[in-house]
Amino acid sequence: MSAVTPEIQRISGMRRFKDKGVQALVYLAFAIAVVPLVSVLWLVISNGLARFDMEFLTHSMRNIGARDAGGGAYHAIIGTLEQVALASLISVPIGLLTAVYLVEYGTNGRLKRSISFFVDIMTGVPSVVAGLFILAFWILILGMPFSGWAGAMALSILMLPTVVRSAEEMLMLVPNDLREASYALGVSKWRTIVKVVLPTAFTGIVTGVMLAIARVAGETAPLLLTVFFTDSINEDPFNGPQMGLPLYVFDQAARPNDTAIDRAWAGALTLIVIIMLLNLAARLITYWRSPARKR
Amino acid sequence: MREGGSAPLSRSAFRRSRGDGPFRYASTGAGILLLVIMAAIAVFLIARAIPALQANTASFLTELTWNANASEPKFGIGALAFGTVVSSFLALIIATPIAIGVALFISHYAPRRLASFLGYIIDLLAAVPSVVYGLWGIIFLVPFMRGPSQFLNDYFGWIPIFGGDQVVGKSMLVGSLVLAIMILPIIAAISREVFLQAPKLQEEAALALGATRWEMIRMSVLPFGRPGVISAAMLGLGRAMGETIAVALIFPATFTISFEILSANGNSIAANIANGFGEANDIGRGALIASGLVLFIITLLVNMAARWVISRRKEYARVAA
Amino acid sequence: MAKQIEVTDVDAYYGSHKAIEGINMTIDARAVTAFIGPSGCGKSTFLRTLNRMHEVIPGARVEGKIRMEEQDLYGSDVDPVSVRRTIGMVFQRPNPFPTMSIYDNVAAGLRLNHRYSKSQLDTIVEDSLKGANLWNEVKDRLNKPGSGLSGGQQQRLCIARAIAVQPQVLLMDEPCSALDPISTLAIEDLISKLKQEFTIVIVTHNMQQAARVSDKTAFFNLAAQGQPGKLIEMDETTKIFTSPTQKATEDYITGRFG
Repeated sequence: MSAVTPEIQRISGMRRFKDKGVQALVYLAFAIAVVPLVSVLWLVISNGLARFDMEFLTHSMRNIGARDAGGGAYHAIIGTLEQVALASLISVPIGLLTAVYLVEYGTNGRLKRSISFFVDIMTGVPSVVAGLFILAFWILILGMPFSGWAGAMALSILMLPTVVRSAEEMLMLVPNDLREASYALGVSKWRTIVKVVLPTAFTGIVTGVMLAIARVAGETAPLLLTVFFTDSINEDPFNGPQMGLPLYVFDQAARPNDTAIDRAWAGALTLIVIIMLLNLAARLITYWRSPARKR
Repeated sequence: MREGGSAPLSRSAFRRSRGDGPFRYASTGAGILLLVIMAAIAVFLIARAIPALQANTASFLTELTWNANASEPKFGIGALAFGTVVSSFLALIIATPIAIGVALFISHYAPRRLASFLGYIIDLLAAVPSVVYGLWGIIFLVPFMRGPSQFLNDYFGWIPIFGGDQVVGKSMLVGSLVLAIMILPIIAAISREVFLQAPKLQEEAALALGATRWEMIRMSVLPFGRPGVISAAMLGLGRAMGETIAVALIFPATFTISFEILSANGNSIAANIANGFGEANDIGRGALIASGLVLFIITLLVNMAARWVISRRKEYARVAA
Repeated sequence: MAKQIEVTDVDAYYGSHKAIEGINMTIDARAVTAFIGPSGCGKSTFLRTLNRMHEVIPGARVEGKIRMEEQDLYGSDVDPVSVRRTIGMVFQRPNPFPTMSIYDNVAAGLRLNHRYSKSQLDTIVEDSLKGANLWNEVKDRLNKPGSGLSGGQQQRLCIARAIAVQPQVLLMDEPCSALDPISTLAIEDLISKLKQEFTIVIVTHNMQQAARVSDKTAFFNLAAQGQPGKLIEMDETTKIFTSPTQKATEDYITGRFG
């Protein structure tokens, strides 16, 4: 320690250099990240618009030859909407009830801990493995046909952990005072959950579900293994191969001619639009219904 | 509950209300169903894999070909598992530093208004489906990377990974780049979240000691955010390993074990499933399911490692919060 | 080792909101100056302008002049980082770095500036912890995390961390408001001791505390909610608490409002 401390010392050049150097690196990292990501969006939009027309949205690929222009993704859009809707029908009730169990009924026992652990594990299940499971169980062992329903089951495996986690988080945010107030009025536990807890957490749960839907709507691998391919419109998800938008993009992208590539871009654009709308809706719900509009 | 209104208090008023039982059972049942599904995934994959593995005339662990549909099936996981692990780690090594930079940019460097907008964009990009990245990769990135790949090979070929005689467009490097770009928004989004949660108190403590912005970040933000960043990176690694479609379009689908990432090497378990499923016969499908089982186990190990790292680090995070 | 601070016409803003207006005062060296006043009167904001911590908050800025012995703290060639290095700060809630040991917490500021040898560091850490009346309680567990200490000990650790870099001035923003009475007493004893060496400025809600520890007291007030806070009067502490010249000051210290 020096006896006389000088006036306000300038900080050393090395420290200033490091500070500015890191700042430069951070800006550079951001620039590096933005370039490819913007390029992806730009190419999808600019190339996708070429075929993003009424014919594309209302026609299937039936009777479209390998090198023909024209054709559309109507069958794939129908397929994706049906498969995602069915997947939600399976995973939302199961996921919600599981979350209710974890938050409201599960005492700190072994069952609760193992369910919680396996929800985490399930989050990490690769989508192709979920597809393989339905393939092995539903199609190979039970001998069922490829169908939209099989795809929906595979997607619901991917949706379940997301729904459980987000619903669990929202239920835990419901203040305990509310539950106790309800119990104090002599309301039974299950009615408290249904009438007080779930409505309070409702918007949060809806947001979580929509984000989960947006995530699985873009999954390709499980569909490839369970829904298979078709070029025709099949409106019945329980019978015979269907198509899905991600599958459509994959299929068209692998075809070595420009008209197919154009269709692939248009399909990618359609898919992104659907997913962005879901995301946007989820965000708007959170924004409008958030109690304090904190941010 | 009004049904029993006039009944003697001692009996019906204290009875469990109807519905509580069924609702409790339904929610417990849902939880158990989830466990059953997880068990079923393992059981059915194993059940379908065993016949194929028994029919295999080569060693599943060491064989470097995949002829599962032949009358004498020969197939091995080695090259595929190698490709999966190497390409994913390569993607992780490329993506993580950049993602941390992006997260820091949004949380601590960018002006506030710009930051929330950018955060929103990153969240949206995290939702872009992988097939779109795959499409972008094969149409745009593969031709685009020809020049840079040749350059790396010409001038840095003495580094083993950039070596090799024949530089190809659809290489392990390009596949890994696509994976890196795909997982970057996820890692960045989660890291930004934890960096934003870094306690203001400690940040101010560092600044009040006369720390520069970087020193403040190093003293208070990074130590707090480390477990979150690690779990984000692990999540990204898991995603990269399980990713199917993007890499199925790009990897050259060879069965070699080589670190020469610019040559015609590179494949992954998931890509092989996507590419081989269409023409697979019964044994072939079983073989693909067996490979899927291996993928399942690898991702399981990665996730468990992530959980372990986080729980070991938790005490600090808890104290800080 | 201690400097006087001269404040001229200081205003501070949060975005377009003016939080304090027209502050003029002289803060004496080697003395304790206390800031009192009702919540929201801007005393903490003003304290943070003294070491340029105010501008850390997005959109916040300061107008006016603050000089420490002829040097303008807001001069164009002055780096805020070096101002904060010279004017230390202790916060309302104890904020040791949770990932660092007790030793590393105290050494944190030192390590930023110079390379010290291990023995030099050992000496400074020991001196600082002794200076903060904490040495005897922690000397056997210097390598344990600082977050394991009690609230009062953590606050003294933060004081040790602040004085380790040998600042000219020590700013304290309600340093006892999160502590129990016994810890508070320990900190007050410490403040009386530290004023031998440092210029100390303390913001407090507790008027007894201001009366006990400070040599001079400044009373801040605001005309109404949303109006900027102003310095009402500043004088010897005994004078402020026995015969204030302003009616508002008297009302406040006698407990008629605030």
